[in-house]
Amino acid sequence: MPAVWIILQHREGQLHRMAREAIAAGQQLAEITGGRPSAVLLGHGAGDAATEAAAYDLERVLVADHPALERYTPGAYVGALAPAIAAAGPAYVVAPHTYQTVDFLPRLAQATGAALVPEAIAFEPGDGGLVFRRPIMEGKLQARVKVKGEGPVLLSVQSGAFPADGGRAGEAPVASLEVGEIAADREILGVEQVGGDQVDLSKAEVVVAVGRGVGGADKMKPIEELAEVLGADVGASRPVIDNGWLPRDRQIGSSGQTVAPRLYFAIGISGAIQHLVGMKGAGCVVAINKDPSAPIFGVARYGLVGDLHEIVPALTEAIREAKG
Amino acid sequence: MRIAVCIKQVPDTEARLRVRKDGLWVEEEDLPFVINESDNYALEEALTIAEKTAGEVVVVSLGPERVKDALRKALALGASRAVHLAEEAFQGGDALATGRALAAAIAGQEVDLVLTGSQSDDVGYGATGSVIAGHLGWPHAWLVMGLEIEEGGTSARVTREMESGMNEIFRLQLPAVIEVQAGINHPRYASLKGIMAAKRKPIERPSPADLGLEASQIGAAGSRLEVLEVAFPDSGEGAEMLEGDAATMARTLVEKLQREARVL
Ligand SMILES: Cc1cc2nc3c(=O)[nH]c(=O)nc-3n(C[C@H](O)[C@H](O)[C@H](O)COP(=O)(O)OP(=O)(O)OC[C@H]3O[C@@H](n4cnc5c(N)ncnc54)[C@H](O)[C@@H]3O)c2cc1C
Ligand SMILES: Nc1ncnc2c1ncn2[C@@H]1O[C@H](COP(=O)(O)O)[C@@H](O)[C@H]1O
Repeated sequence: MPAVWIILQHREGQLHRMAREAIAAGQQLAEITGGRPSAVLLGHGAGDAATEAAAYDLERVLVADHPALERYTPGAYVGALAPAIAAAGPAYVVAPHTYQTVDFLPRLAQATGAALVPEAIAFEPGDGGLVFRRPIMEGKLQARVKVKGEGPVLLSVQSGAFPADGGRAGEAPVASLEVGEIAADREILGVEQVGGDQVDLSKAEVVVAVGRGVGGADKMKPIEELAEVLGADVGASRPVIDNGWLPRDRQIGSSGQTVAPRLYFAIGISGAIQHLVGMKGAGCVVAINKDPSAPIFGVARYGLVGDLHEIVPALTEAIREAKG
Repeated sequence: MRIAVCIKQVPDTEARLRVRKDGLWVEEEDLPFVINESDNYALEEALTIAEKTAGEVVVVSLGPERVKDALRKALALGASRAVHLAEEAFQGGDALATGRALAAAIAGQEVDLVLTGSQSDDVGYGATGSVIAGHLGWPHAWLVMGLEIEEGGTSARVTREMESGMNEIFRLQLPAVIEVQAGINHPRYASLKGIMAAKRKPIERPSPADLGLEASQIGAAGSRLEVLEVAFPDSGEGAEMLEGDAATMARTLVEKLQREARVL
């Protein structure tokens, strides 16, 4: 039976939300391939998270407990996982596509001779094995890929692709995973909040978010005017911040803020997943983009195709009129 | 310090994409190509460090003939030489095969540091730099938003992005592979003088054999991933698309936001 391993991420005794998604994905994968999934947890004194994981329908929850695993470093994680994978030989290793797993999974693949399928959003049985689907071109296209050759397949699953509540409950025994000589390869110095005094966009009722399509810091005025008539907060996609057109505390997305307004304008934003995860709680999304195939239109309620430099002032005008 | 920077040439994110006839990739004819976004930041970071340490920057790229333009641009910005893995056998690899080839090319350059981008804007594996580190046996860090070479040049203070607006700070021993995230600095523009000088800078083109690699270890042949199809996603319901000129669409939208969605 091809075993499936699920690598869980946790913090302060709790499973990461995306670890639950990885469990759901791993269970589905095991259903297709015929094996039983086991979860793997690395840490030091991570008992509570292990108990949480044990409430799922899993073959086992394997806990690697070691002082060098107290804080995440790729050296210690790969040092613990690579020999374990070589020894147990799981056919598939599933992990959540988080900033932590993406940091070490490629090295784990390199160290174990595994295939790496980053950011899987779906899988299905195909000719000679599973076929995985993953976004390419920043989500504008999707690729279907198959895996050739021998050896394990490591995959990370994208946020939201396998809903966490899809995980089957059960009762799994907790066992310990033998760890050999391992060492951290980073000397952790600390953690900091980006930007210090943040503008808090999380409570905003209306957000006017602007993307690279705006074209420059000098083109921001009409956007601000639109936000003003709407009583909205201005947010942005990452490139706008990286280019210095707006300050970092306006960034929405996986490495920025999470918003859930009742009305969200995405203006000149293509709709990459890292942006979408920051605004998926928005009620009504309006997308303005010159490219009718931009992925943002897939999540918007209303779409306006055209040049934002024409549409935004027209919209400001129309709202002014409507408000009398 | 001598620093290698891996730069990938990718389709301009602004470009309209079409799927190639065979359905396996995008149609590259008439497609504008640029240096991958985070790689621009990696190059800037390398140039700054090289300036401070009286070092030099070597740019390395794996890709077809068109990649020469990206390398010339990097040379114009201040890199002193380039390595181009251009042979057909190198092409079409997954992150593991591409990382293996790049690592072999870098191993011969006697560098103190390797910088890459964090993620390519085309295939987006977010993996190649870490794979290079694995082959070199060096530590690495992905998603780096701050890099300070410490006194003596044997270690670096690294700031790495975490989710939800937090950064993690740690020390890495050098040599290491640093995978730079977009936004770490402000990339410079090429000067006319730089563009002229770039024309005389060397671009090396090693073959797989020069790097001690078999054709079966690299490119499509050395990859475990095989693309079966690329396609536009099925966007489900999708948005209701409004019609007309800007003013008409604007008026229609306001009405819908008031009456239909009741959010205005
Ligand atoms: C680890 C990681 C973390 C990330 N975190 C974030 C994050 O927190 N937030 C985030 O947003 N991104 C994040 N990104 C980046 C993300 O992958 C995308 O690159 C980014 O969201 C793209 O921003 P954009 O849509 O503004 O730019 P683009 O993708 O370049 O899109 C610009 C859009 O504007 C349109 N356009 C251009 N001109 C006009 C015009 N005149 N009128 C109308 N439309 C026009 C174009 O058609 C295009 O669709 C992250 C990436 C990584 C790798
Ligand atoms: N073909 C290539 N040539 C040079 N560098 C590359 C290549 N592919 C990937 N890289 C580097 O690895 C980083 C991550 O790419 P990826 O793993 O494809 O997301 C990129 O930002 C580049 O710096």
